[in-house]
Amino acid sequence: MQHLSILPILIPLIFGAALLLPPLSKHINRQRIAAIIGLFLLLISAFYLLYQVQSEGVHLYALGEWQPPFGIVLVADPVSVLLVALTSFLAFSVMLYAMNGQDKNGAYFHPLFMFQVMGINGAFLTGDIFNLFVFFEVLLIASYALLIHGGGKQRTQATLHYVILNLVGSSLFLFGLGIIYGTLGTLNMADLAVKVGSLQAENATLAKTGALLLLVVFGLKAAMLPLHFWLPKTYSSASAPVAALFAIMTKVGIYSIFRVYTVIFGEHAGALANIATPWLWPLALLTIAIGAVGILASPGLKTLTANLVIVSSGSLLACAAINSETATSAALYYLVHSTLVSAGLFLLADIMARQRGQAEDRFVRSRPFVQPRILGILFSIAALSIIGMPPFSGFIGKVMILQATQSLAESLWLWPLILLGSLAALITFSRAGTTLFWRHNGNLSTESEAAKPLELAAVILLLLASPVLVIFAGDMTAYTQEAAHYLHDFQASAYNLLPGVSP
Amino acid sequence: MEGMYAFSVGLLTACGVFLTLRGRSFSVVVGLTLLSYAVNLFLFASGRLKLNAAAVLGESEHYGDPLPQALVLTAIVIGFAMTAFAVILAMRARADLGNDHVDGQIPQPKSSLSQKTGGAK
Repeated sequence: MQHLSILPILIPLIFGAALLLPPLSKHINRQRIAAIIGLFLLLISAFYLLYQVQSEGVHLYALGEWQPPFGIVLVADPVSVLLVALTSFLAFSVMLYAMNGQDKNGAYFHPLFMFQVMGINGAFLTGDIFNLFVFFEVLLIASYALLIHGGGKQRTQATLHYVILNLVGSSLFLFGLGIIYGTLGTLNMADLAVKVGSLQAENATLAKTGALLLLVVFGLKAAMLPLHFWLPKTYSSASAPVAALFAIMTKVGIYSIFRVYTVIFGEHAGALANIATPWLWPLALLTIAIGAVGILASPGLKTLTANLVIVSSGSLLACAAINSETATSAALYYLVHSTLVSAGLFLLADIMARQRGQAEDRFVRSRPFVQPRILGILFSIAALSIIGMPPFSGFIGKVMILQATQSLAESLWLWPLILLGSLAALITFSRAGTTLFWRHNGNLSTESEAAKPLELAAVILLLLASPVLVIFAGDMTAYTQEAAHYLHDFQASAYNLLPGVSP
Repeated sequence: MEGMYAFSVGLLTACGVFLTLRGRSFSVVVGLTLLSYAVNLFLFASGRLKLNAAAVLGESEHYGDPLPQALVLTAIVIGFAMTAFAVILAMRARADLGNDHVDGQIPQPKSSLSQKTGGAK
């Protein structure tokens, strides 16, 4: 299959366009069926691509046969393919949840969902930094419209902030790209990595400015400390399926940081070697700290989950700052775990909020749940997993991150912060669980309806990933180690992607 | 020419940043537009400014770098779409929230607030 690596972009594009056309656009049931079929096909192609890349190695796809570095390329390597598979699985589960009624609240939910998935997959697969910008814009414009899906005062306000911030972010991105193109003369990531080593001294400061401007943009997407204020409000006011899909959005920023500051401005960058590390390390630590404070102060389950996303972003950024193979491998494992579990938690929070009437997801005494048993079990699995308690995947992920610290100073900073963050989550989740499940006022209301089986199935599917990640932890860590090795191996991640160029 | 060009880009950016930091959504949208103009000019300049240089080979003695022109074209299209979206969203926010402040409420000056409540919370 020669064209396999472009399928994760083409399938959502074709289905998204088809969903806008007459035979499908007027009937919600047809839209649902078409959307779920499209995402299922995407899931199959993403996992087949994963299998192919693992058995046959990195797949370089030159669009229109224009050879790199002159044409645009798609690079299906172990890292990007892992994230594409993760996105496809997440999108499939979230759509399974959304098709039970959440998609009726506004127009064009399914096509927008498809376009967002296309943008995310494209951002992971592309090997060209300007193309990365284009896919960022594709996923952003779909996310603007999805965020306001369902309407309401709060959502409009959160969307306005989110849109303005991201538009400024896009301008900065273009400034950064302009500087980088002006100094290095190329936009292909592998070619940039090769050329940055032989940069003239007079251009070094300029190129450094461009590179750090990009860090600001990726930091905005990844919710790095001074740029994280948009996140709790945006995520907690979005409708549940949208918030769950957004769980991958911060990871797009993290992925870009790993790609740009490990491969391009990594150890081989000469004067610009490891330029992001002095910024990333303190900001990552502060992000974890502020996320932990946010966790303790959260009044409701959605805000709590949004703050947990900030903590996980901080932990991943710390791994990016440590910048070693072990740390990258730990980050990849933790990234998969935290995306799936926080998406599951967003969906679970929505089910719980709908059964509690006016109290919604806030931690106050209210009516009891219609299905306390199943919700209780799911809640405790999600909580244990995201806190990082054994026997779930959060535990392994956090242990891997803790083990990745290299020096005593790093351990002294990172260990207490991550452990205290987990403690804050533990305290808040115990408080939340007690209030939500046990401190009710006893009278079951007739108007609250039970969650539909498919909705529960979607949540179970997402949370099942946590024990599965533990059971297959050996295979999974072997894979992430291989992927991390690839990212840090300059020969593989730069020269091998440029046919005709050798060191 | 370079100095003039750099000055214009800098001025546009400064105005854009200033307007983006204002409280009303209209000036924010105008600020974003100015920023995107500045970005487009800046991207264009990243291929170096040259006189009498066509972007097509064989048309003139020197040739200009065609790639920044393609990038600017992409950036213009995207920036235009985003501005249109931001305008519609600002109007929707004006309708939903009842005022055109980006925070959804017009901040009260501190002194008048303390008078109303007698200084207590």
